Amino acid sequence: MHNGSPDRAFMHANDALAEAAIRAGCRFYAGYPITPHTEILEYMAVNLPSRGGVFIQCEQEIAGISMVYGAALTGARAMISSSSTAISLMQEWLSVASALEVPFVIVNMARGGPGLGNLGPSQGDYFQATRGGGHGGYRMIVFGPSTTQEVVDLTMLAFHLADKWRSPVMILGDAAIATTKETVVFSDPPDQSELPPKDWALTGASERDPNKLGLESLVEPAAQARHNLHLLDKWDRIQQTETRWEEVALDDADLLLVAYGTPARIAKTPILHLREGGAKVGMFRPITLWPFPSQELVAALERSGARRVAVIELSAGQMVEDVRLALEGRVPIDLHPYVGGTMPTASQIGNHLEDSLLSLREVAT
Amino acid sequence: MRNTFTKIPLLNDQQFQFCPGCTHGTTLRLMAEVIDKLGLQEKAVVITGDGCMAWAPQYLEVDITLVLHGRAPAVATGVKRMRPDSLVVTIQGDGDLASIGLGEVLHAAARGESITVVCPNNTTMGMTHGQLSPTSLPGQKTTVTPAGRDVQTHGATMDISSLVASQGRVAYLARASLHDAKSTLMAKKYLLKAFDIQMKGLGFTMVELLSSCPTCWKISPPDALKYIEETMIPAFPVGELIDVTAEGEVSA
Repeated sequence: MHNGSPDRAFMHANDALAEAAIRAGCRFYAGYPITPHTEILEYMAVNLPSRGGVFIQCEQEIAGISMVYGAALTGARAMISSSSTAISLMQEWLSVASALEVPFVIVNMARGGPGLGNLGPSQGDYFQATRGGGHGGYRMIVFGPSTTQEVVDLTMLAFHLADKWRSPVMILGDAAIATTKETVVFSDPPDQSELPPKDWALTGASERDPNKLGLESLVEPAAQARHNLHLLDKWDRIQQTETRWEEVALDDADLLLVAYGTPARIAKTPILHLREGGAKVGMFRPITLWPFPSQELVAALERSGARRVAVIELSAGQMVEDVRLALEGRVPIDLHPYVGGTMPTASQIGNHLEDSLLSLREVAT
Repeated sequence: MRNTFTKIPLLNDQQFQFCPGCTHGTTLRLMAEVIDKLGLQEKAVVITGDGCMAWAPQYLEVDITLVLHGRAPAVATGVKRMRPDSLVVTIQGDGDLASIGLGEVLHAAARGESITVVCPNNTTMGMTHGQLSPTSLPGQKTTVTPAGRDVQTHGATMDISSLVASQGRVAYLARASLHDAKSTLMAKKYLLKAFDIQMKGLGFTMVELLSSCPTCWKISPPDALKYIEETMIPAFPVGELIDVTAEGEVSA
C-alpha cells in the first residue's frame, strides 16, 4: 500500500500513470482537459493534494507547462499530461527546458491527426516527439510504452532519468493505451540516492551564491556555442547508455517486424501464430524512441539473419525513417501505415507479415 | 563625511547596459533596496520576462532566471506553490505582461497566487526597438504605427492595472511613476508593501511602474520624464487601487 493505494490494482492506464507518478514523488501537476488524457488530470485533482502535492487545472496548456517548469525550477518533481494538439502548444518550453536543463515529465496520449483530429489512437506525433518538435535543435528522452504495466514502470523511470540527466522526459502513448484497463503492479520507484543533487535549483540563495539560469542568452555569443557543445556531449552519453528495446522470437528469423506501442502489442499474437506454423518471423520493439536503439536494431537484424523488415505504424510512417537510417539499406523495408486514428487487427497484421514473407520467397526464387 | 547613500550589494557592480534615461536601472535599484530592507535576499526568487528586463539576471544577486515571453506569472505560480516561504517576484514589461502574457497574469490574479508582479510600463516594446504595445497611447508613434496609434485601426489602449484589479483575489495593486524623486520614493513604498503582503500570504500583488524609453520614443531623457508626468499619468493614474490591509477605502 502507498498512502492507502494498493500495490496491485485493476486500473485504466491513465489512472495507473497518475498513481505511478505520485509514487515516484511527483509533487506538482498542472493540466487541462483534452481527450484522451483527461483521466490523468482528474486522478491528480482527486489524489495528489492529499498525498503531499499541488494540483492546478491551468487556464491553457502553455500556462500549465510554465507552472510545471516553475515547480521543477525549485527542484520538485513535476508533470504535465495532454494530447497531440495541445502538446504542440508546449514545444517552446521543451526547447527551453532542454536548453536550461530543467527536469520534468511530460505525457502525450496521442490522438488521430493532423489538426484537431479525432479520438482514435495514433502514432502521428513521433516526429514531434523525437525531431524537435520545438525549435533550436535539442534532444529529449521519449518512451513508447506498449502495455498498462509498461506505462507504470516507464513513468517511474521517466522521473528518475529526468533528474539523472537534467532533462524533460516524455511518455508517448496513444488513445488505445490510455483507455486500456489491466492489472498492474506498482513496484518501488528507482532509488534516488545516486542521483546528482539539485544544487542548481532556485530555492533562495541561502548559504550559497545565487543560482542564475539563462545567462547564456545574455552574454557573449561564444557562451551559447559552449553551452551547445555541453548539451551535445550530454545527449551523446544518453544515446550510449539509455536505449531500451524488446526482442520477440528473433532467433533464426527471415522477417523482422519493427513496431512500438499499440501495434507492437497487437503483433505479438500473429507472430506467435506464424511461428507455430513454421514461418520465421520475429519483432524488434523500440521502447526508447529517442534515443532510438539503432545499433541494437542492426545487431538484432544481423543476429537473426532476417532478410526483410516490416514496419507497422499508426501513422503515415515516421518511426520507419529511424529504421531506414539505422539499417542503411541492408534489407528491403515494407511499411504498413494506419492513419487518422485507425488501428489494425491481429489478423490484419498477420496478413501484412505473410505478404512480406511472400515477397521474400519471390525475391529468393 | 556623512554617508548619505550606499549601493546595496544585491545590485552588483556590473555596469547597466540600459539606455541613457531608461528607468529600468531605478526599478532594479528599488527592488534590491526593498528586498534588502525586508531581509529577504536569501528567500527571493526573481523571474523576468523577455523585454529589456531580461538583462536583470546580470545585475541582481538573488536566485533569478528569465523565462518565455509572457509566461512569468505561471512560472512564478509553480515556484511559489512548491516554496511558499520564498519571495517570488516577476519583472515584466507592458508588452510581456499585457500582450502575450495577459492570460497568465489575469489567471494568476484570479487564483490569488501569492506572487508579486512588477511591471515597468513604458508603453512600447522596447527590447525589439519600439513596436506597438497594448498600453501605447492614442496618437503614439511606434515603428508599427508611424502615423500614430489610431484606435479604429489599432485598438484601444489597455489599462493593465485596472484589468488585473478586477480579478477576485488581488490583495494589493498599485501604480507609481518613476519620473521624479518624489514619485520614485512612492514607488519604493508600494514595492515594500507588495512584498510584505506577499510574505503574509494575503493574495496576489502587483506594482505597475510608469517608465521611460527615450530611445524608442525618440526623445531626450529629460523630455521622456516630462512625457511620463504630462501624458502618461493622466492616462494611467497613480495610486493604490487595492490594498486589503488598508482600513476603509483606498483612494487612488
